[in-house]
Amino acid sequence: MISMNTLLVIALAPLVGSIVAGFFGKQVGRAGAHWVTILGVAVSCALSMQVLWQLVVQQADPFNQNVYTFFQVGGYSAHVGFMVDNLTAMMMVVVTFVSLLVHVYTIGYMAEDPAYQRFFSYISLFTFSMLMLVMSNNFLQLFFGWEAVGLVSYLLIGFWYKRPTAIFANLKAFLVNRVGDFGFLLGIAGVLAWIGTLDYATAFTHAANAELNGTFSLWSGQISLFGHTWQVMSSAVEVQIISFICICLFIGAMGKSAQVPLHVWLPDSMEGPTPISALIHAATMVTAGIFMVARMSPLFEQSEAALGFVLFIGATTALFTGLIGIVQNDIKRVVAYSTLSQLGYMTVALGVSAYSAAVFHLMTHAFFKALLFLAAGSVIIGMHHEQDMRKMGGLRKYMPITWITSLVGTLALVGTPFFSGFYSKDTIIEAAEHHKEQAAEAAHKLAEMGAMAPEGIHGASSWIATYGYWAVLLGVFVTSFYSFRLLYLTFHGKERFRDARAGDHGHDDAHAHDDHGHHGAHEPHESPWVVTVPLILLAIPSIAIGFFTIGPMLFGTDWSGHHEQLPFFLGAIDFINPGRDSVMALKEGFHGPVAFALHGLKAWPFWLALAGFVAATVLYIVLSPEWPARMRNSRVGAFLANILDKKYWMDTIWIGGLAGGGLALGDVSRKIDSKIIDGVAVNGSARLVDLAANLLRRTQSGFLYHYAFAMIIGLIALLAVLMRFWQ
Amino acid sequence: MITLGHFLALGAVLFCIAVAGIFINRKNVIVLLMCIELMLLSVNINFVAFSRFLGDVSGQIFVFFILTVAAAEAAIGLAILVTLFRNKRTINVAELDSLKG
Repeated sequence: MISMNTLLVIALAPLVGSIVAGFFGKQVGRAGAHWVTILGVAVSCALSMQVLWQLVVQQADPFNQNVYTFFQVGGYSAHVGFMVDNLTAMMMVVVTFVSLLVHVYTIGYMAEDPAYQRFFSYISLFTFSMLMLVMSNNFLQLFFGWEAVGLVSYLLIGFWYKRPTAIFANLKAFLVNRVGDFGFLLGIAGVLAWIGTLDYATAFTHAANAELNGTFSLWSGQISLFGHTWQVMSSAVEVQIISFICICLFIGAMGKSAQVPLHVWLPDSMEGPTPISALIHAATMVTAGIFMVARMSPLFEQSEAALGFVLFIGATTALFTGLIGIVQNDIKRVVAYSTLSQLGYMTVALGVSAYSAAVFHLMTHAFFKALLFLAAGSVIIGMHHEQDMRKMGGLRKYMPITWITSLVGTLALVGTPFFSGFYSKDTIIEAAEHHKEQAAEAAHKLAEMGAMAPEGIHGASSWIATYGYWAVLLGVFVTSFYSFRLLYLTFHGKERFRDARAGDHGHDDAHAHDDHGHHGAHEPHESPWVVTVPLILLAIPSIAIGFFTIGPMLFGTDWSGHHEQLPFFLGAIDFINPGRDSVMALKEGFHGPVAFALHGLKAWPFWLALAGFVAATVLYIVLSPEWPARMRNSRVGAFLANILDKKYWMDTIWIGGLAGGGLALGDVSRKIDSKIIDGVAVNGSARLVDLAANLLRRTQSGFLYHYAFAMIIGLIALLAVLMRFWQ
Repeated sequence: MITLGHFLALGAVLFCIAVAGIFINRKNVIVLLMCIELMLLSVNINFVAFSRFLGDVSGQIFVFFILTVAAAEAAIGLAILVTLFRNKRTINVAELDSLKG
């Protein structure tokens, strides 16, 4: 039995820590700030684990209860409530565990920062917000958490607010997220309008209502302006209600989880301190979108169109953002693009109805990506805040623990068999393949029936499924290539950090515009224990968690895969039509984690990852540094590198096109305001009165005889009128 | 034979001279006051003439009142003129334009 008090403590302990560190930072001092926040998060983490234990081992019933009524408006009342089932409990453990380690790590990373207390306050506030998000039992509280994590993300990206780039990045993150949140809010409004409740459990039971399958008129096809009505389209635009809701909700997820084309904020968010890159922009906040869609799976299952959209966006993100990672030189940006790509994988999993695989990858990814980020942070500390990989190299001698843990993270990320990333990523790829086959079969059947050509939604879902499968498959090669490139440039090869001092970088890896790093002159050193201990603690689940949890979490067996038990996500991710569950469809082929890994050795993803490894090794160890430079300078290489360097011109479109267009529009309306409204209407009428008054005041000469004259003339005129018209 | 018309004509001529004096005079405020007095006198002539020809003495009584008021007015006017001169050091009409808008 889960008690409400436990849940309240879990959620509020980090908030208390945050308030103490934030408002009383001066009184409690630096040590006080980190102790109080770490204590709060540690309590949260321990209790979350207890809750997970109760749910999984003691088979406690899921908790779903309102705690507090926020407000009542008419027939609608907004509640603060908790819904804690296995999905939520797992998220809580991941969030609090990573958050705890990041708190500890921060002691080392931010040791020299003057705004130490503020940072701890923010990350604790983030933990609270994220817990409110995942523990929510209704859409409104979800939205609260959603916005709160966005706010903290904004604050933390701009933590070093004296840097113009950080301010630019946090503004960009905030604005891009507004786009997504607008969609999200529309989706929530749609749920309230058509289902009539914001409570999860009630909304999900009504998800299959036939009414939601109906359509509504999104746009009448007419434009009415100044009393005229133009018929722009021949008929009204009809949209399926459930698809509309789901796509709107997913647009929210695209903003938060950085999916193309709303991904542009995430790489720039690396301007923030590294601990938050690990916590917020890799492990937890950016996965909120994935979690949300998994939570809403009963809704998304009703809409094939929305799932097709999800799959397409996810596949595009998975492959194309990974490619950009290949040409980045900033160590954190490589990991950021890798995060984008992995989020794309999770989204693909959602799109092929493999929700549990998405959440499973979310969990493993949280560990190994947090590890990679914290390791990158450790390198940055060791290099005295130098982030350019071209000025590193050969660090493994100086930073052995960081090197080993990075290697573990990299192996997990590229999907080496037996590592956690392998299990989750391979499941996603297999689910995508399964989905592709199913879609092709459905299209084939439709064609055979001859009633209709496989066009429209089924035809579309068939090519999207194929595209999705190839994107995640080829993504494996890309992932492996950039991961090992990062590893080699940082930890192996020639020690280039001394070159900066000597001012000699003629033989570096392809760069012409290298600025002289003022920190590069120092010798690198291993980081203090508060940094390395979290690395080691994260390395353990990065290696092992996939092996032990793939059976229980995905296939409803025990860890060895031999004994049946209840599926982990039973009650959280259910299928009305079990045939659509792409993960359970793979269950036949699952005979325990060892067999799964051995089978993986014979499958394409493994060989692609190996190919990526070999390619990176050949290019950056054996043939470095001449060949990478030569490839970049060749005609084809330069062309491709330019496309990737420019990030497919996405930033240009967003900043120049949309933001610039917005600015231009603002400029035009400002001109209309100042020139026409103010100039003509307001100041113009004043000027007219002024002009008339100026003419009239000439008659006020101040000379008595003028007035007398006017009086007499007036008198005579009056007399003349009287005499003429008297009677 | 002197008729009513002659008296009225004299009154009108005096009145016109007074008005012209007010309009044309650009130099001296005292002349202005004199013109006002002249206007009142032209009115008095009208009163007396009508009184005589209509056989009603009330018009002549009015003239006494007007003369009294005119005397008081002249006194006040001259007093104002003195203070004006003290303040502005001039009684030139062309320079007295404080009412200008």
